[in-house]
Amino acid sequence: MKLLKYLIQKEFIQILRDKTLLPMMTVLPIIQLILLSIAASNEVKNVRLAIVDKDQSEMSRQLSNKVVANDRFSIVAAPFNNNQAMDLMQADKVDIILEVPQNFEKEFYRGEAPKLQMLVNAINGQQATIGSGYLSSIIGSLNQEIVLNEPVLFNSNSNNNSNATIIVSNNTWYNPELKYPHFMAPGILAELTALLTIILSAMNIVKEREVGTIEQINVTPIKKWQLIVGKLIPFLCIGMFVLTVGLTVAKLVFDIPMRGSLLLIYGYGFVNIICVLGLGLLISNFANTQQQAIFIAFFFVMIFILMCGLFTPIDSMPTWAQYFTIPNPLAHFISVTRKVLLKGSGFMDVKLEFFYTFILAIIFNSLAIWTYQKQE
Amino acid sequence: MNDEKVIQVQDLTKKFGDFTAVDAITFDVYRGEIFGFLGANGAGKTTAMKMLNGLSKPTSGNGTVAGLDVIKQSEKIKERIGYMSQRFSLYEDLTVKENIRFYGGVYGLSKQKIKDKTDQILEELQLTEVASKLVKALPLGWKQRLAFAISMVHDPKIVFLDEPTGGVDPAVRRQFWEAIYEAAKGGSTIFVTTHYMDEAEYCDRVSIMVDGKIEALDTPDNLKAHYNAESMDEVFLKLARN
Repeated sequence: MKLLKYLIQKEFIQILRDKTLLPMMTVLPIIQLILLSIAASNEVKNVRLAIVDKDQSEMSRQLSNKVVANDRFSIVAAPFNNNQAMDLMQADKVDIILEVPQNFEKEFYRGEAPKLQMLVNAINGQQATIGSGYLSSIIGSLNQEIVLNEPVLFNSNSNNNSNATIIVSNNTWYNPELKYPHFMAPGILAELTALLTIILSAMNIVKEREVGTIEQINVTPIKKWQLIVGKLIPFLCIGMFVLTVGLTVAKLVFDIPMRGSLLLIYGYGFVNIICVLGLGLLISNFANTQQQAIFIAFFFVMIFILMCGLFTPIDSMPTWAQYFTIPNPLAHFISVTRKVLLKGSGFMDVKLEFFYTFILAIIFNSLAIWTYQKQE
Repeated sequence: MNDEKVIQVQDLTKKFGDFTAVDAITFDVYRGEIFGFLGANGAGKTTAMKMLNGLSKPTSGNGTVAGLDVIKQSEKIKERIGYMSQRFSLYEDLTVKENIRFYGGVYGLSKQKIKDKTDQILEELQLTEVASKLVKALPLGWKQRLAFAISMVHDPKIVFLDEPTGGVDPAVRRQFWEAIYEAAKGGSTIFVTTHYMDEAEYCDRVSIMVDGKIEALDTPDNLKAHYNAESMDEVFLKLARN
């Protein structure tokens, strides 16, 4: 198509001549990728602990030593009573209060199963659950050690309940060292690519509308689909470029695994970017100013990011909300990059993502063409 | 001027909600004519023009442009007309040459034709030296003349000019009108809106729009005689005051 060639040529000249665009396409994604992959961590570190030791026994000391030995926890206070401890939590100085009751040691050796109390500040629910989980397992392991170290005592005392403990052993697959960046980087990579392309495309036609050149285009015999495709192709190239920059940085900086086929990532990225661009162009049809376009684009981007599984797993959303991730191209993109890069998944493993994105791409782009108005 | 009607309009109306921007206008424009479309700001000139070039859908009435129906064949009309809008419409971040190539390409000209047109425009407007400069670096008068040349890049039968000389100095306005005469001599029909009354004198015929209606339509001389006025300025003021 000859006409299309001129449109694309013009778009490329404008893009390459724009001095703000090139850094936006390179520097911004790199900074975001590095920063977010490291900082946006759900790992729980530095849990501040207050131990209220009412027992003051050898066993309670052993317990606190054991907890301190784990570098996730630091004991910031050892108040004498619960009220003092609660004041600390109120002042946001401690995250977890561990209360060792009086006669803890005695009851333990008597086999009476003494109770420890853990008070968790659950304002940050995730930190609370994970932190208390860690603490429970530390306490549990202390329990086992004591049982192992003093078998005679226990054999004589109770009816051999050491077998009653169920031990769960964990094997972490696909990311054995549990490196957080390995998990985050592929997701952020997808997010960045989608975000940048949606905003660029949403702004583009609106910008021409603001300047007035769109009127000149509208008075030419150009077809609506030609105009949309002519806008889409240059931005598709930008999107693929950003994806490449992102993959390179993720590999060089975080050494993320690339177990699956890169071709699959690019193939999926191609479909996904077309899909997201369609949405961006659709938005630009309904905005008269770049400001409006940005606001509408942000509305979608916020929902996409919060519901894409990047920060909160989709599996833990309510069922109705999980359906909302189906029309979310970002959710599919993240799912594909994680699966392919970390798990080495092949096409058949991500065919659903391909399917949904393909359908969305057709819907968004048809709507973009359909709602584009050459005539008032 | 000859008898072939290239624009025929009957009761063409455009409403925006309750507001009637263009109220049942009826007129014809002949081939090779310079047709002046006059009126105060907000009289409905631009809206009327946009209905003719396919940018705006008429609410009612009918008309033909270059033999094509303005309601049913508005896309087809676009191939046969040129348009220079009131707002400056070239790409400021493209060079002079790139703008010509782009619009030539969009109108489907061949590569060779684009090259010829580029040379011709650069030479006629004496822009050869700044051919590779960005359009935003040019003075307004040059930009306007370039925009006019580009609106004619595909040799349209009719060219619509919406206040083409707004904001440029008298010398450039003079050059601009020379270019318009040149185009009309070549057989193109020029449909031009303006609110400079001295420019109205250059037109073959003028229509004067007041509040969405065409109040007068004739040659400048006839209008002056009819309204017993010395200049088009006076004619306009007499009409607008009523």
